[in-house]
Amino acid sequence: MSFRIIVLAKQVPDTRNVGKDAMKADGTVNRGALEAIFNPEDLHALEQALLIKEERKDAEVILLTMGPPRAAEIIREALYRGADKGYLITDRKFAGSDTLATSYVLSMAVKKLAPFHLVIAGRQAIDGDTAQVGPQVAEKLALPQVTYTEKFTEIKDEEVTIQRRLERGVETVSTPLPALVTVHSSAAQCRPRNARLLMKFKHARTISELQEETKDYTEMLNNKPYLQIDEWGVSDIDAGEEQLGLSGSPTKVKKIENVVFAAKESIVLSSEDNDIDRLMKELIDSHVVG
Amino acid sequence: MHNIFVYCEIDEGQVADVSLELLTKGRKLANELGCKLEAAVIGHNLKGIEKEIYPYGVDTLHVADDKRLAPYTTLPHAHLVVNLFEKIKPEVALFGATSVGRDLAPRVASKMRCGLTADCTSLVIGDHKDNKSGKEYKSLLYQIRPAFGGNIIATIINPETRPQMATVREGVMKREIFDKTHKGSLKTIKAADLLTDDLFPVQILERHMEKKKINIKASPIIVSGGYGVGSKENFELLNELAEVLGGEVGASRAAVDAGYADHERQVGQTGVTVRPKLYIACGISGAVQHTAGMSESAKIIAINNDPGAPINQIADYSIIGNIEDIIPKMIKFYKKNTK
Repeated sequence: MSFRIIVLAKQVPDTRNVGKDAMKADGTVNRGALEAIFNPEDLHALEQALLIKEERKDAEVILLTMGPPRAAEIIREALYRGADKGYLITDRKFAGSDTLATSYVLSMAVKKLAPFHLVIAGRQAIDGDTAQVGPQVAEKLALPQVTYTEKFTEIKDEEVTIQRRLERGVETVSTPLPALVTVHSSAAQCRPRNARLLMKFKHARTISELQEETKDYTEMLNNKPYLQIDEWGVSDIDAGEEQLGLSGSPTKVKKIENVVFAAKESIVLSSEDNDIDRLMKELIDSHVVG
Repeated sequence: MHNIFVYCEIDEGQVADVSLELLTKGRKLANELGCKLEAAVIGHNLKGIEKEIYPYGVDTLHVADDKRLAPYTTLPHAHLVVNLFEKIKPEVALFGATSVGRDLAPRVASKMRCGLTADCTSLVIGDHKDNKSGKEYKSLLYQIRPAFGGNIIATIINPETRPQMATVREGVMKREIFDKTHKGSLKTIKAADLLTDDLFPVQILERHMEKKKINIKASPIIVSGGYGVGSKENFELLNELAEVLGGEVGASRAAVDAGYADHERQVGQTGVTVRPKLYIACGISGAVQHTAGMSESAKIIAINNDPGAPINQIADYSIIGNIEDIIPKMIKFYKKNTK
């Protein structure tokens, strides 16, 4: 049996480079204007898996992502860097999932890939910064969890030793396997794409993507079955519909307020009472100060 | 009405600042809802811990004391919290957004199948009407937080599930003693009976913790001073404003060189780079070496008596005048508007 490592990753809008057109007039996010990227800490997670693969010949790295059809892009990115296989979990019914519903879906998909040794995820995604999905997947799978991983210091068949980065220090822990681990941004950067792997996997496609292609892939896929990226929907992972999407999400968004300013304009105030009063009121009302 | 609950974290043998801040908030929410404030401390050598906690207005304190509970590991703490929640069924449960709280709260929320909102910057009670079903909800917890890299502010609610869970970062809420003489009741959690060996798969082999340092990078609000502040005494005004707003004091290199502030507070190319949600620059002209370390702040207020200072060009608000006038007024009107 191979030493199976499942990496959980998410494609996210690059919220670090928000431009003027990132918000629509109605105050909602214009996802189209933001570049979609491999969530940075998930790349750190992938690197940890690839480092284990260098050490253990029997290691197998599988990337699992839940998202819209275009999220297959990050599966290819993972294949170019050394992952062995990827699965795209996609279904319209997943739309509106909060962290609890998302962790349910991911846990059901992970179960399909059992037996496995490690589930590795980034600590958090830059679009939500919640850091909740990792621990929630661990709970759903009844696995021990080790968050904020900086590096694996020892890998054994049935146990790993991990150095964790905490707010004010480091901690070294051991956990039996299987376990779920989340990786901190202070861990090693992910390696770049490998030219040979890029050539090998550049035509890797999901079924949805093949339907969009004008080129005929039939022969290529027959000769090179590894180019087929598996796509799973609700029924493929035996998920209960009441636990996913909007109905499986206990949190609801009541209101969204846009805090991006189209053009920065400076307001000049005097030291008069009414100016300062108005400023403090504005800061309180906009939750800048509490 | 069920109660408000706060998970109290222990840091170097004391209740963590963030937990005391949450207790302060929790007490206010409990008063507003007309319910009680409950809290739990889970750890070891906790004798007398209630003396630190009661003054913040806690009515019932649950204590689990066992040597296997410190230092913190996920599963035993999660198990005890879930067990307690099933018994006391809190309406709201608050956790610090710390290494511990952000590890524990999602595990608990997943087990309880309830909603959790991370890193809230504001918690308010309000009603809600579901547009689809027409169902009305009274006195929900509005969990307000930035999302999308701080580009939007979202108000999240959990209409159906309980507890309504939220985490909050240190320094976001104010910390205030409710009543020095307040006494709550102590309830012992029988940890020895509840903890089973299978809750301890993760073993801590080594731990190196640093002493708590000033970390202005983590502060959501920074009141920063430059050479233009003029004196160490005037810098005291910045401290007062920072304290009232729940922020930290920063400084430009010139102010540090003049001895107004310590080097660890220096912002800029030779100091730290900060991205708070509010940066108040007092008596700072705005040289590139300084602005490089703060220009990504979400909101900038410049206080300066020079209308032509470069800092005004990157500021959202420029207040022209003397800081000796303006800062006391900001404190006064902040207090007036928050009551």
